[in-house]
Amino acid sequence: MTLLAIKNLSKRFSSGGRRVAAVDDVSLTLEPGETLGLVGASGSGKSTLARILMRLLPADAGSIRFEDEDWLALSGADLRRRRARMQMVFQDVLGAFNPRATVASVLDDPLRIHAIVPKAERPKEIAALLDRVGLPASYADRSIREVSGGQRQRIAIARAIATKPSLIVLDEAVSALDVSIRGKILELLVELQEERGISYLFVSHDLAVLRAVSHRIAVMDAGRLTETGPMRQVIENPQSHAAMALIHAVPRLVTEPTEGPYRDV
Amino acid sequence: MRLVRHLVRTPEGAIGLAILATLVLVALFAPVLSPGDPLRIAGRALLPPFADPAFPLGTDRLGRDVLAGILHGTRTSLAVGLAAALAAIAIGLCVGLTAGFAGGLVDEGLMRVVDAFQIVPSFLLALAFVSVIGASVPVVVLAIALGAWADPARLTRAQVLSIRERDYVASARVIGMHPAEIALREILPNALPPVLALSAIIVAAAILTEAALSFLGLGDPNVVTWGSMIAEGRNILRSSPSLSIFPGIALVVTVVGVYLFSEGLTKALAGRRLEP
Amino acid sequence: MNRLCEIRDLSVTYRGQTAPALDRIELDIVTGERLAIIGESGSGKSTLARGIAGLLPPGIRLSGEMRWSSGQAPAPGRDLGFVFQDPSASLNPVLTVGEQVAEGARRHLGLSWKEAHAHALRMLERVHIPQPDKAMNAFPHQLSGGQRQRVAIAAALAAKPGILIADEATSALDMVVQAQIVSLLDELVREAGMTLIFITHDIALASGFADRVAIFKDGRLVETGPTSAVLASPREAYTKTLIASHRDLTTPPLIREAGL
Repeated sequence: MTLLAIKNLSKRFSSGGRRVAAVDDVSLTLEPGETLGLVGASGSGKSTLARILMRLLPADAGSIRFEDEDWLALSGADLRRRRARMQMVFQDVLGAFNPRATVASVLDDPLRIHAIVPKAERPKEIAALLDRVGLPASYADRSIREVSGGQRQRIAIARAIATKPSLIVLDEAVSALDVSIRGKILELLVELQEERGISYLFVSHDLAVLRAVSHRIAVMDAGRLTETGPMRQVIENPQSHAAMALIHAVPRLVTEPTEGPYRDV
Repeated sequence: MRLVRHLVRTPEGAIGLAILATLVLVALFAPVLSPGDPLRIAGRALLPPFADPAFPLGTDRLGRDVLAGILHGTRTSLAVGLAAALAAIAIGLCVGLTAGFAGGLVDEGLMRVVDAFQIVPSFLLALAFVSVIGASVPVVVLAIALGAWADPARLTRAQVLSIRERDYVASARVIGMHPAEIALREILPNALPPVLALSAIIVAAAILTEAALSFLGLGDPNVVTWGSMIAEGRNILRSSPSLSIFPGIALVVTVVGVYLFSEGLTKALAGRRLEP
Repeated sequence: MNRLCEIRDLSVTYRGQTAPALDRIELDIVTGERLAIIGESGSGKSTLARGIAGLLPPGIRLSGEMRWSSGQAPAPGRDLGFVFQDPSASLNPVLTVGEQVAEGARRHLGLSWKEAHAHALRMLERVHIPQPDKAMNAFPHQLSGGQRQRVAIAAALAAKPGILIADEATSALDMVVQAQIVSLLDELVREAGMTLIFITHDIALASGFADRVAIFKDGRLVETGPTSAVLASPREAYTKTLIASHRDLTTPPLIREAGL
């Protein structure tokens, strides 16, 4: 069963003056346990697509089938219940948490809302989640502001897996992190995927990040999906102009003096 | 609390807090400091201040103790000021939260109501209200609140509109939190700080409005207030200015104390936000 | 090799902090070079950039010194241009693009309003803004992120300073625009023979065009030297970590690929 099937999804923004990023007739699928890397420059519509998928924005046209159900038709209490199956990790590591929250409260919320474990078991479950993402259980009492950027993203991942989802949408989830920490977070995500069979929709403008974790890549440009395919194929044999520009834009470590920063592939 | 520590570190906050704390103590212990009904005739009429140790601030035209009046008047002023501010903020928070969260027609409708209340000068509104309904402490409180709730409503709405766009609110929706819980746990606590800073100013304005209403004879006649004392002294201002001056000083000190406290609070809150 | 600036034993501590943001930094800046200051968050690289530009906030504790070859610190705007990370925050939202770019020229070059306006238009052309004459009258919010950063660069260079400091100037932009802006900076600096100090967390980005790199960690200068030498044979463990953490399209993926 295909986990996620997006068909002909469209959204237009009309703000007097500028046409802001729209999603234009996008269709894509995602299988269980697979990572689809959604790549594009800013303004390509990839974040808008992610937000429509997370039901944070309404779509203008098109359909989304998730776990064999009409995802866009859900509303109210039904939608809130089903949200346990699809979670999100945001880019802004600071803004993604209520400034007044503690680590424990952040992880307690989804456990409580979806009654994942009985109330008495929740502290144990929180400790287990922290442990799984590589943080000591003693962090539970800390304020979210006392924790570093990389650690906050681990907590965000812990929060996302707390409800045992089958799909996690990651919106530029490592873009704001230090380079030396990115690798660890990506490794954690891959481990969790192998362990739990979670699918990822990984949105990023950085193809190097997507190369590390994606099975397939979809390229967006000005709201349209211009290319989809297995990761190696898109990167080694790009067909669309947008894909070529994104490949060309990845900085390479240059150890001999050159004239300019970017070598051709 | 860390906030209180920050507050005390600023000179404004420290002085403001000291003044307000003194006033609160005076209000609480007024019956102890000056037993008996302050409106009773206690001594000879028009005793000058600092003349008789039994009446340190003198007496008024009817022989009432000025000091007793000031001490007991603290209760009325603080009580009315605080109650009116609380009511104004409570109404403002509810309206602002609803408007900011609901959006659309509800938002538009509520904001037009806010506009209407902001257009009418708040003192005249309070005046009209008390004149029609009659003067008593609860009515005065309500009258002042009616004139004061519009500003906190606007401020709350602005805060809500800004916070609604933050990722942590989106996060709360994504994990399936109920909208009511999002409003009360995620949005409201983070919207409060500027509204709290505003509240101190509302208290000050409420105290002044109450004094003005009493001065015009529209306050509760059964309690002593600084405003009514000033009004009493107005007729004999040339011969016995102290009757109006002392309650006037009390008013000034209170309002200054409240403003300083609010300044200190604003600085403390701003300083907190800068900390990592 | 002319030394533009000699930084000796420089330490900076912000008000209310105990740990120094910069700890006894010894660094030379050569005239006309492209120097990349590389570090992660908390490394002190932005503090150094602002210290060089004289943009540190009041109340800091500073010890050590910066000796400039000209004898005095460069004046911001006239001798030194600064490009910030967030173009939305560094451009005034209520002034048009033309006004902001012209302002530097008017004040530091003493041009008349008309001359400055023409100069601003030329600057916008140099930074390859599409439709520069229309852009002159546009407001920052009407432009895209990449265009805003081009405007910020034009404004920084309006008074023809000898030094340009770019503090994470591409970090808020997407990869494609980042590549364009880096090329632009490279081109402008070569043309004018300026000294470029490029602050970044991305060692690969710097490797493409910097003559020298200075690696920072937790307020200390870890390693410095010519780019190719440092990257080919790093001496310090942290430098090796930074190089090893770099991912590009040749780095093997983390996922288990079918059939491999």
